[in-house]
Parts: sequence; structure tokens; C-alpha cells
Amino acid sequence: MFCSSLLFCSCYSVQAEVEDTLKRIQGINGVIGTIVVNAEGIPIKTTLDNSTTVQYAGLLHQLTMKARSTVRDIDPQNDLTFLRIRSKKHEIMVSTDKEYLLIVIQNPTE
Amino acid sequence: MAKGVKAIGKKKDEEEGLDTAEGEEWMQGKTLVKPPDQLELTEAELNEEITRVLTANNPNAPQNVVRYSFKEGCYKPIVFVDQMAIHFELEGNLVHKESDEGRRLTAKQAEVDDGGGDERPDNVVIKASKREQKLTNQFNFNERASQTLNNPPRDISCQTEPPPRANFSATANQWEIYDFYTEELQRREKSKEKHEGQFVNKEEDKNKKKMIQAEIQNDDISQLTKAVKIIERMVNQNIFDDVAQDFMYFDDASDEFRGEKGTLLPLWTFQYDKAKSLSVTALCWNHKYNDLFAVGLGSHEFTQQGGGMVLFYTLKNPNYPEFIFNTASGVMCVDIHEHLSYLVAVGLYDGCVAVYNLKKKTDQPIYNSRASSGKHTSAVMQVKWQKDDLDSNHNFISVSAGGRVVSWTLVKHELVFTDIIKLPVIDTIPDDLKDVVPTVGTSLDFHKQKDYSFLVGTEHGKIHKGSKYYSSKFLETYDAHFMTVTRVRWNPFHPDVFISCGWDWMVKIWDQTMKSPVFTFELKTSVTDVAWAPYSSTVFAAVTTDGKVHVFDLNINKYEALCQQKVVSKKTRLLHIEFNPVHPIIIVGDDRGHVTSLKLSPNLRKKPKEKKGQEMPKGPEVEIAKMEQLLSSLR
Repeated sequence: MFCSSLLFCSCYSVQAEVEDTLKRIQGINGVIGTIVVNAEGIPIKTTLDNSTTVQYAGLLHQLTMKARSTVRDIDPQNDLTFLRIRSKKHEIMVSTDKEYLLIVIQNPTE
Repeated sequence: MAKGVKAIGKKKDEEEGLDTAEGEEWMQGKTLVKPPDQLELTEAELNEEITRVLTANNPNAPQNVVRYSFKEGCYKPIVFVDQMAIHFELEGNLVHKESDEGRRLTAKQAEVDDGGGDERPDNVVIKASKREQKLTNQFNFNERASQTLNNPPRDISCQTEPPPRANFSATANQWEIYDFYTEELQRREKSKEKHEGQFVNKEEDKNKKKMIQAEIQNDDISQLTKAVKIIERMVNQNIFDDVAQDFMYFDDASDEFRGEKGTLLPLWTFQYDKAKSLSVTALCWNHKYNDLFAVGLGSHEFTQQGGGMVLFYTLKNPNYPEFIFNTASGVMCVDIHEHLSYLVAVGLYDGCVAVYNLKKKTDQPIYNSRASSGKHTSAVMQVKWQKDDLDSNHNFISVSAGGRVVSWTLVKHELVFTDIIKLPVIDTIPDDLKDVVPTVGTSLDFHKQKDYSFLVGTEHGKIHKGSKYYSSKFLETYDAHFMTVTRVRWNPFHPDVFISCGWDWMVKIWDQTMKSPVFTFELKTSVTDVAWAPYSSTVFAAVTTDGKVHVFDLNINKYEALCQQKVVSKKTRLLHIEFNPVHPIIIVGDDRGHVTSLKLSPNLRKKPKEKKGQEMPKGPEVEIAKMEQLLSSLR
């Protein structure tokens, strides 16, 4: 296990910290795009164009729900934390936290 | 031929009349009257006998009735035709008195006769009898019915608004049922609490309301804190995938062919933008979380003093530090508490010591000696946590450039200081200045087992061994180096051995019972730091200002380094080195604020060869024995 507590200056809020981290991720070389999806499957933040965002959000939301359902069916006290899909061209990573989804598409081979 | 009969009859009558005419007056004188259009016939014609036939045929009946015969398929004349001629018809109204109607009529007649002025019972009797007798007539029955007025039917309808409908669909899964039950349980517990504590409720409700509002406001992104962290680490792991694989699995196979020598494989480099102008002044691994380490940033140069930082990096995210603390002045030393890994003691250039709590989400230290009266007047060179004292208060010890060794105790909200000892001034300083010119203490280390015993290195090259219990004098002084002692450390296994290094290019290994060093190594430039390996009592590594890391294993080679590798670019001086307590990696800090992690190749981590048939004892005793063996060979 690692330290999971967050640090921020007294003038920052938790939200700003999250946005900071998101910006950093987006700025990493090789990251194609990031999408934040809320509990209803609607993308609220994205760095990709609209049609791609909607497509990714819809499809991955369904897949995540299915994956979570699978995990919890086996053991209801368990829950899905993240999902990684490695394809030929790039890697799609989905991290879930209380119904919210964070989707990052990365091209790891440089 | 009725007419013929009638004519004959009339003629007979007329003849009879004529015959009897003689008898009556109006019959006399009758002459034959001829109608004007009578036929004029001759005598012969008059005497002609005309036969008249009397038949019973009806002259009006048809004579040539033809009917179609289906049997023969043609029209056939009907020979026998009805010959009856009806001359007169009159319907009578006589009814037989024995018939039904006759009886009825007679009864009625009798009633009418007896009708007026009779007694009632007779009437009733008669009526009753009449009723019995009343029978319906097939031909003449008249049922009289009367109908009330039917009100015209009206349709009245009203329509209500249809109830609102919504589509509902759900799935019933194992986990949905589980979720529901846990929620139900919580609800019940809450209601129990409400029943029990009702006064406290109001406050709680207010807080809850605030909480709920805050939650709704923040439901946007702050939910994602954990998710974002994980993703960042995953992305970094993908980028540095080969490094991570090397870190875990790579063991340089070519070491077999290199003889004794080993290599250092560079892994991740940690750098922070805002720390570019600062140099690494301290490194410390976290003992509980083996991937977390602290970096103290500041400046050794007297002239270049600015702010400082303490950064915490994890190997899982080489891109960005986990924790960032800004300090007012440069950080000179950092120490993480061995058991409570969230307590961090920091010594600053301006003489302050501060304690940070990683669990708290603030930038400010929880304790600061700024206001304390016993604070150091000059830079704090080393801090070290101690075991909790008798009152279970945490405490640590610091040594400063002012020559004081001070113990600080965390009591409630402040730091309480206790002077332990003052470093002795060297003899070269004239007596009247002895109080003024302090002896700069540069390094401090406590014995692993006997933690009251400590070593202090000074700027003058001496190493003093002291004890917490003796505050007036040092137990022992070693003339270690010609120049500043940059580091002194006890051996983690052997209780008598310690190592020291200094700017005079030397690394010396001592036995505390002996005044002169057991081993001496000369590295080509100033040695800035030296560290023992946690896995072996005979392995240590040193860093020098020319950017090289030197790794020695006394068990294998007593005179030479197994590895002398330059790990940073030109003109970068390496300042600190630390071994990871668990993994075979080391981190080195340089004067550009960068920290580089390196993996030790297998040759540098060798365990002594097993003799055939002998079981290999494990544990610190082996290490001690190893060292002892070495030492005894030199005595």
C-alpha cells in the first residue's frame, strides 16, 4: 500500500488539486486525451473533440458498468478500481471512483 | 245458359200473363211492342227451331286455363275448372251457444242483467268466478299494457388526467442486494443514534446540512481525487514501463563475466521544476512505505540562501512529487520517524527545526522552533528521531553549526528543548575566542542498538563519540580527517564499527575501540556522503564531487571499489546517497536538485558463498561475524 493522503497548500481546494493533476496528465508526452465522465455517463471534461468524446464516454461507461457488475457479483464487498485496455495502437485506462470515470488514452510506445 | 233460361222464363211469364190477361184489366189491350232495333226476321226464320241447352256450366269460368307442368316440362291445359259462381254472400252473426264465444256472451249478458244495485259480495264472487273463467282466446286475445314515459337517455362522461407514467427498469444483482442491505443498516443505525442523543442532534444536523451542501457543490470533480492519482501513476508506469520492469526483474547477467566488478543501472530521475536552483541537501527513505522518500532542498553555499523545500517522491510516480512543503529558508536535513512515518523532522539553514505531519493537509509544520528560546543560532546540520521518552512524547535530536547538540521534545503544541552537549572547541582557537567561534557539527548518528551512544562529526575533521547521559564531556574523540567530516555512520550490524568520510578525499572505517581507522580508502575527490548497505555489513557506497558513485564490498575486495561509476552529467556534484531499506536500489542527490535512482547489479549484493554441506545461517549474526572476521585479520 502506498500513502494515499493528498497534500495541498492552504489556499487550494481539493478541486483545484484534482484539476492540477489532470493538467499534468494531459501534458505528459504520449497522452492522447483525457475524459471525465459523471455518474450518468455524460462527459463533463475532455481534451478531445466532441464526437470522439461522446463515443468514448458512452462505450466505456457501459463497459465499466459491466466490469463493475462482474466484480461485485462475485463478491459484493469488492469494487472495481481501474480497467486497462491495451490495443495495438494505444492503451485506454479507466479509473473509477464513486460512479465517476476518468478515461485516459495513451500511446505508450514512443 | 242462364240468360237463355231467363229469357224463356220471361217469355213464359209473359205468356202466362197473356193467358191470364183476360182476367186483369191492365193486361188487356196489350199489343206486341217491338223494340226499335229488333231483328227483322222472315217467317221461315221465325219458325226455325233453335235448341237451347241448359247446362250447369258457369259461363264466366275460364275455359282455357293452361298450367305449366313440371313433370312433363310443358304447358298443359287444365280441363276441370271450378264452375261455381257465387251470386250473393252475407256473413251472419249467429254464434252457437255451446261454443266458447257463445258461453262468454251469455255470461256477459247475465252480468249486465244483474248489474245494477246488487250487493258487493255477490259482485266479488261473480268477479272472482269471472276471473277464473277468463281464458285467453287464441284469436281474439288482447293483452293491454301500458308503458311509462321513458326518459331520454343521456350520456354523461368525464375524463380525468391520466396519472403520470414513467418507465422503470432495474436489475437485481448480488451486489445490488448487498448495497441495499448496507444502506438499510446505516439508516437503522442513524435512527438509533437519533433516538439516543437528541440534544446533540441539532448541531449534528447543522453540520450535516453544511456537509450535504458542500458535497453537492463539490460533486463535480473532487470525487475523482483517488482516481486521478491512480491514473497518473498508471500513465507514468506506461511511460517508464521498461524502467519499472528493470527495477523489478533485471539482474545484469554480464556480471558473471566481470569478475568482481559490478555496475549501477540508472532507473528513474526525479526532478521538480521549482527546485531547479536548489541543491539536494538531504535524502531519507520512509521505512514503512518503501517506495516513498524525502528530499530536502536548499543550498550549502553561504551566499546563495533562498527558500527551501521538502519534497516527497514515490517510485510509482517519477513525474511529480507526492508532497511538497515550502520552507522559508533552505532545508539542511530531513529525518522521517521510524515508526510513525508521517512525522518528518526538518532542520533549516536559519537554525529552526520543524516537524511536519504528512497526514495533515496543510503546508505548515505542526511544530516549529522559531519562537522557541532554545533554537539554534546557526544552520541545523542533522536531525535524528529518537525513541519516545518516558512520557511517550516524541523527540528528536539536532546538531547545528553552532556546536550545540540539542534534544527537542514534542509536548502538546510546542517544542521543548534540552541541551545535550556542546561540541568542544579545538585547541587552535585562542582562549578568548573560544566562546565565540563555535565548532561546526556536520554529522550526527546514533547507534542502532545502544541508542544513547552517538557520534558527531565536526568541521575540523574530528569525530566525537558521546552519550546522552553525559552532558559535559565526550567519551571519545577520533582524529578522523584533515578537513570537514561530511558524514559519520554506525554500521547497521556490527556494534563497534562506523564509517566516516570527508572533504580530504578519504573514507575511513573505524572500530570504536581503536584510535586509528581499520580501513582507509582514498577516492580522487572530496567525498560528500557515504552510506552502509542495509543488507550486508561489509558493503558501503560513497559519492564524490566528480559525480561518481563508489561501491565497496570489504568481504570481496578490501582495497578497491567494486564499482566506480559516473552517474550524472559533467560538472554536477553528487551530494547525498541513500540505500533503500528493501529494494536493491540507491538514490543519489546532486547539486541541481535532481535525484537519480540506480539499481545495484548482482555483484554488488553478493552474499558469502555457501560451503558445501553447511547450512547457511541467516540474520544479522552472520553479518557481524563477517565483519569481525575482517577486523580480526587486521589487528
